[in-house]
Amino acid sequence: MSVISMEKDVEALSLILAAEFDAPIDRVWELWADPRLLERWWGPPTYPATVTEHDFRPGGRIRYHMTGPEGDRHHAWMEVVSLDPPRALRVREGFADETGRPLADMPVGTLDLALAEDAGRTRMELRYACDSPEDLERLVEMGMPEGIRQAVGQIDALLAEAVAS
Amino acid sequence: MVVSPAPTADADRELDELFHALADATRRDILRRSVDGELSVSRLADAYPMSFAAVQKHVAVLERAGLVTKARAGREVLVRTDPDAVARAREALDRLELAWRGRVDRMAELLAADRTTPRRGRDA
Repeated sequence: MSVISMEKDVEALSLILAAEFDAPIDRVWELWADPRLLERWWGPPTYPATVTEHDFRPGGRIRYHMTGPEGDRHHAWMEVVSLDPPRALRVREGFADETGRPLADMPVGTLDLALAEDAGRTRMELRYACDSPEDLERLVEMGMPEGIRQAVGQIDALLAEAVAS
Repeated sequence: MVVSPAPTADADRELDELFHALADATRRDILRRSVDGELSVSRLADAYPMSFAAVQKHVAVLERAGLVTKARAGREVLVRTDPDAVARAREALDRLELAWRGRVDRMAELLAADRTTPRRGRDA
């Protein structure tokens, strides 16, 4: 089990997770630093991500889209705020139009990543928070295709239960 | 895993309204105060430095999202928090969690594959 803890703060509407990988820190860092690797895990198989721009340095822009089962594309961007390879990364992220241009009226969230290696294993801590509580709505939408497609049956059943009760 | 052929657009819209409703500190506070269903809109309005109309508007947003129900009691309208709806909001956060669990699992898979077929030029 890679995920060792997951905290959800309903009040702050944020997510904090810790995971441990049986791999050296450089390899884990590469999963973020190499766009071809990034797109292999960011989206699920049914909603794969395609990274079209990956300027991995402070102030640099990452552009990507996720392609849904019906060919629907969801464009998004990240901006590298700071990075300290292979230990720390902070990116801001938000929505983009079809040309990859950030949508100004859309909310933005911040992702903080911290990696630490111990005896050949790497611990990853990740904090995903919104600039303001309003932004969670969009943030969830960004993670949503994944959540939905991954366990759509289970979730729909849960929602149906909640609505029915 | 079961893959539902039905689109989830309705669930998505519900969720949008939920988060819009929850994205405001006053509205979250109204939810907390209204768990017992004993407060009227005007009593709620007394608690905030804003107009009755503004509080009424917040209650309307919560009602639309299904987070509260309103019940008439004589001349008053009582507001009651729907605990199931709050549970649904939690579930929405669960979805975000699920998304990240999926990502972490795929990262682990990639790293494991990486070990069996080492990539060029990284390790000495």
